[in-house]
Amino acid sequence: MNDPMPTQALQDRIGLRAPLLFVVVILVVFGLLYSLAGTAMGRVLFPAQATGSLIEHDGRVVGSALVAQPFADARYFQPRPSAANYDPMAAAGSNLARSNPDLRKRVDAAIAAVAARDGIAPSAVPMELVTQSGGGLDPHLTPAGARVQVARVAKARGLDPAIVQQAVDAATETPQFGLMGQPRVNVLHLNLALDARQR
Amino acid sequence: MIEALLVLALAIGLGWPLGRYLAAVMRGAPMRGDRLFDWIERPFYRLLGTDPRRGMSWRGYAKAFALSNLVVGGLVWGLFMTQAWLPLNPDAIPNLRWDTALHTMVSFLTNTNQQHYSGQAQLSYLSQMVGIVGLQMATPMMGLALVVATLRALMGGRQAMQHGSDPASTAGSEADVGNYWADVVRGGLRFLLPLCLLWSVLLTSQGVPSTLQGGPIATPVDASAGMTQQKLPLGPVAPMVAIKQLGTNGGGWYGPNSSVPLENPTPFSNLLETLALILIPVAVAFMVGPFTGRRKFTALVFGSMLLMSVLSTGTGIVLEGHTASAAAPLLMEGKEVRFGANASALWATLTTQTSNGSVNAMHDSLAPLTGLVTLGNMLVNAIWGGIGCGLQQFIVYLLLAVFLAGLMTGRTPELFGRKIEAREVRLLSLLILLQPLALLGFTALTLALPQFTDNSNPGFHGISQVFYEYTSAFANNGSGFEGLGDATYWWNLTCSLVLALGRYPALIVPLAVAASLARKRHAPEGPGSLHIETPTFALTTIAVIVILTLLQFMPVLVLGPVAEHLSLAAH
Repeated sequence: MNDPMPTQALQDRIGLRAPLLFVVVILVVFGLLYSLAGTAMGRVLFPAQATGSLIEHDGRVVGSALVAQPFADARYFQPRPSAANYDPMAAAGSNLARSNPDLRKRVDAAIAAVAARDGIAPSAVPMELVTQSGGGLDPHLTPAGARVQVARVAKARGLDPAIVQQAVDAATETPQFGLMGQPRVNVLHLNLALDARQR
Repeated sequence: MIEALLVLALAIGLGWPLGRYLAAVMRGAPMRGDRLFDWIERPFYRLLGTDPRRGMSWRGYAKAFALSNLVVGGLVWGLFMTQAWLPLNPDAIPNLRWDTALHTMVSFLTNTNQQHYSGQAQLSYLSQMVGIVGLQMATPMMGLALVVATLRALMGGRQAMQHGSDPASTAGSEADVGNYWADVVRGGLRFLLPLCLLWSVLLTSQGVPSTLQGGPIATPVDASAGMTQQKLPLGPVAPMVAIKQLGTNGGGWYGPNSSVPLENPTPFSNLLETLALILIPVAVAFMVGPFTGRRKFTALVFGSMLLMSVLSTGTGIVLEGHTASAAAPLLMEGKEVRFGANASALWATLTTQTSNGSVNAMHDSLAPLTGLVTLGNMLVNAIWGGIGCGLQQFIVYLLLAVFLAGLMTGRTPELFGRKIEAREVRLLSLLILLQPLALLGFTALTLALPQFTDNSNPGFHGISQVFYEYTSAFANNGSGFEGLGDATYWWNLTCSLVLALGRYPALIVPLAVAASLARKRHAPEGPGSLHIETPTFALTTIAVIVILTLLQFMPVLVLGPVAEHLSLAAH
């Protein structure tokens, strides 16, 4: 402030014009144009992935490979339980803490139910079959989570368990590039593969 | 564990060149691509009526920052409340209630992205693309602009930083800290936007939707399961997820964020998104050296941050998957099969170290001590930190550490040849005190009014839920213990206030302090000055951070996560 020369060169008078027009830069260029450009590039380069990895069957959309859907019939492998009832519009986890008695109760009941359903010991129930995922839409099981269901599915379909286990193995994805993530089975793909075999 | 090492190696390997490039962009140095970018930028500057080469004093800079925030905020608030009547709304989504719209606007304007709404059901494509993505792209660059201005002031202003100029010559006058409009526009166009486009395409290749069509309705295979129709919400998701991860934003397209397979479909997309959590904050640490011309200053910043980050990440991964309270079967509650416990714990620690706040597992269901680590990260808020804000907070700790070290060794506390005196320390103390006042005040008030709390868990964890919400808001993080029923007037309004308190003073006060230093007489650094660019001083700074932030919150941390862990371990 003592030296007038450099301060004069500074532009400290900020009117309303600059902030008002700056909004246009932010919302139109950084927001709208960027979103449209990213969407167009994705859409052109990867059309199937860009539209939700949909699975069609007889000309109808039966689901997305990336969204779990409920299965109740014994002929089908069953996905993980969902806090959102498998509705993507209501996607949510249970948000129950490990110290919450309600969570303990719910998991104990689920263990008993899975053990009875698949005829296995309660201690052999894989943990993802009795816990709810983060968004309630987890489309995968671990290979163990599918294996415990093989006997039940084979019986209901009148198939040799070895053949059902083969279908599970074929649907198992290994860790990506050999090092990322866990081995996993996509439940919807597996069930559709079994249906296709028996048509 | 392999994922943690891969992310760290990639962040350092890519952050280094990106940091050098960012320094050149923010210095306004000549570079390749100038002709193209100048051609795009020149009309903006003419429109704004500004000369990008002419700088501002700290007052003008702060005023431009404040005014641009007010105007953008007002407009976006209006957009959220009128989206039902505007175009690009194929799923016919209604308007947001005024208080949820206000909280959403403030939360995105402060680079926080705390969400009290569920995007796929409550925001139109227009609101997402213009309001949400626009702010997600602009606010990290505003944070970067403020820290760059602070660094300029610490070096004595832009004239003093030019080669061959005498740092003593500018004493007594207001420092030129740069041109706010040019800083935001250059950072956005030349740095953030191209990186986001690349990430957006890579994410789409893994299955993140990018379309403008409304979501289809599927007919599930097994009708006996009771669901006859399944609405699949899609949209221009990939560009939003890219900037959400890269811009330390965190607010997802879908309510449960990157745990939803459509937002994070594969382990590779998870690696891309985890890397994006820390990539730019690491690049900002690498920017410091080339930007200020003091390479050892980068070593101090980067070394301190890396040490804290490795300690916090390692602790988090071990506590989540390998302790008593982590035992099966509850370990997978709130987690996804394709990632597993380790990748979820890695994400949880990095997202809180960087003020990002996106999640790939539900934090409410983490092991209590992992929750403690994430809370600690947010209270420090400078282990990488948000883009710009993290370094700004680190500078606050640095100035305080210099002051304390000066007192302890009996030397005049000086930073880069300028004395830190009572005026500066008073301003910094007010800033430091604001955190406990806001966090503990609102946590106590909310817990005293159980009709407003509405938490999903009883006991010790209920305390953690409330404290986490305000901590996340103040740290401009945005993650949450999401069981909280937080779309109420109480939560929307109190969180809006805490969000603003955590953003604006933390960005503006350090700039004012640095400008006040720049006005002082510059004394050349000699053998008698305190050398801050050393490992000893880095450890001193970390000690100051631990004492200042973690110790003052010890009681509430013991009452929340520690007590919960002990009660679980006792079973």
